[in-house]
Amino acid sequence: MCLGVPGRVMTTIDVAGLLMGTVDFGGVSRDVCLGYVPQARVGDYVIVHVGFAISLVDETEARRTLEVLRSMGAFEQELGQELGQELGQELGQELGQAPR
Amino acid sequence: MKYLDEYRDPALARRLFTEIRTVTSRPWTLMEICGGQTHTIVRQGIDELLPPDIRMIHGPGCPVCVTPLELIDKALAIAGRADVILTSYGDMLRVPGTTTDLLALRARGSDVRVVYSPLDAVRIAGERPDREVVFFAVGFETTAPANAMAVLRAHALGLPNFSVLVSHVLVPPAMTALLDAPDCQVQAFLAAGHVCAVMGWAQYEPLADRYQVPIVVTGFEPLDILEGVLMAVRQLEEGRAQVENQYVRAVHRSGNIQAQEAIRRVFKVRDRMWRGIGTIPSSGLALTDEFAAYDAEARFAVADVTAQEHPACIAGGILTGTRLPTDCAAYATLCTPRTPLGAPMVSTEGTCAAFHSAGRQPTGQPAGQPVPAAAAGPS
Ligand code: SF4
Repeated sequence: MCLGVPGRVMTTIDVAGLLMGTVDFGGVSRDVCLGYVPQARVGDYVIVHVGFAISLVDETEARRTLEVLRSMGAFEQELGQELGQELGQELGQELGQAPR
Repeated sequence: MKYLDEYRDPALARRLFTEIRTVTSRPWTLMEICGGQTHTIVRQGIDELLPPDIRMIHGPGCPVCVTPLELIDKALAIAGRADVILTSYGDMLRVPGTTTDLLALRARGSDVRVVYSPLDAVRIAGERPDREVVFFAVGFETTAPANAMAVLRAHALGLPNFSVLVSHVLVPPAMTALLDAPDCQVQAFLAAGHVCAVMGWAQYEPLADRYQVPIVVTGFEPLDILEGVLMAVRQLEEGRAQVENQYVRAVHRSGNIQAQEAIRRVFKVRDRMWRGIGTIPSSGLALTDEFAAYDAEARFAVADVTAQEHPACIAGGILTGTRLPTDCAAYATLCTPRTPLGAPMVSTEGTCAAFHSAGRQPTGQPAGQPVPAAAAGPS
């Protein structure tokens, strides 16, 4: 139950004083409580746990993390080719999985 | 999907593996706290692809796994009542109690329902005023805001037929207990990103300082975990022991203030028993006096229920990272995800289940206690 999933806020609505919304997870949408991320707007990404958004995804930081990783020394040849392939396959399988 | 796929990029993962290999000069032992991270690590084989000097051990971060057997038995006792609808996260249904599990009770006619969100349980309570609706509130700091909101909602809506069976545990006291253990092997932690999304990481700073142990707040995708490992190894190699944040896209130092306020209003800190580990001081949550009326344990007088663990199960060693599932004599033989003897085999976040679904083979040199003949079938 600790697996949180990032999803995109599609709608927001006030339900008797509680901020709710629908969040899209790659094509599957669910009702989510947005009470703990009142600053969330339609189009924002939130991390959702057991039907509650617990965090707003920071787009700038997300991009920066990837840039840092991409700029990291590309000494790939040092790594055995098959090791990389094996990992590539496993990661590829995971990519095909439904959202957790 | 955005924010998932790009953190599973094999080319970037390769670079991270290379970088980790480059900075590692001697053996280090790292523990990931969270069961979600364990799942990613074992499923992707990250532990086996890391340089041999880096050993990953798997922590107690599966809430289902650390929920005491006693509480499962209490849930079973409550669910067995004709006037009750017991609601729970799906993970809890197959966790074996002393004599049965919630799924079996349901098959025998008890009203046990899986909910996606605790607010669903509140909704059911509103729809069924003729029944007592109990929510089995397990989890770490990540689910605490949701469970707190359920109680606040039931209170606001005036639902006298709603209550919660609370089994909430907190991560930092468990890390302290692990570090205090004389056989502690952990040299650095990957802290659970989503727990920190709620609580922030200020709580970890005294720990890093006192025990001189690097702690890296880490996300859940393969690249997150590899970057977390890299950051932790760099600290170890440089002789630093700080709290660092890998999961910057989702976690701030102060965490989610609104969520923390709700938790503080509904719950207070108390000692908690961790399955397989024992009682850890100030390591869990109970309802505050203001919301004591929502306590299912008091409402249904199950406070005295006690329970006995299965003798073959070495969950305690698994949860503290001192043993591997493959060390257990029952692993993959008597104990499988279909016939779990202990909680770590039930939840997808449990280390035993993660090993089993990744097809890890028993070592053939069982180090666990011998399995008594009487344990051959599910009781
Ligand atoms: S394999 Fe089963 S019996 Fe062994 S430690 Fe894991 S849950 Fe317990």
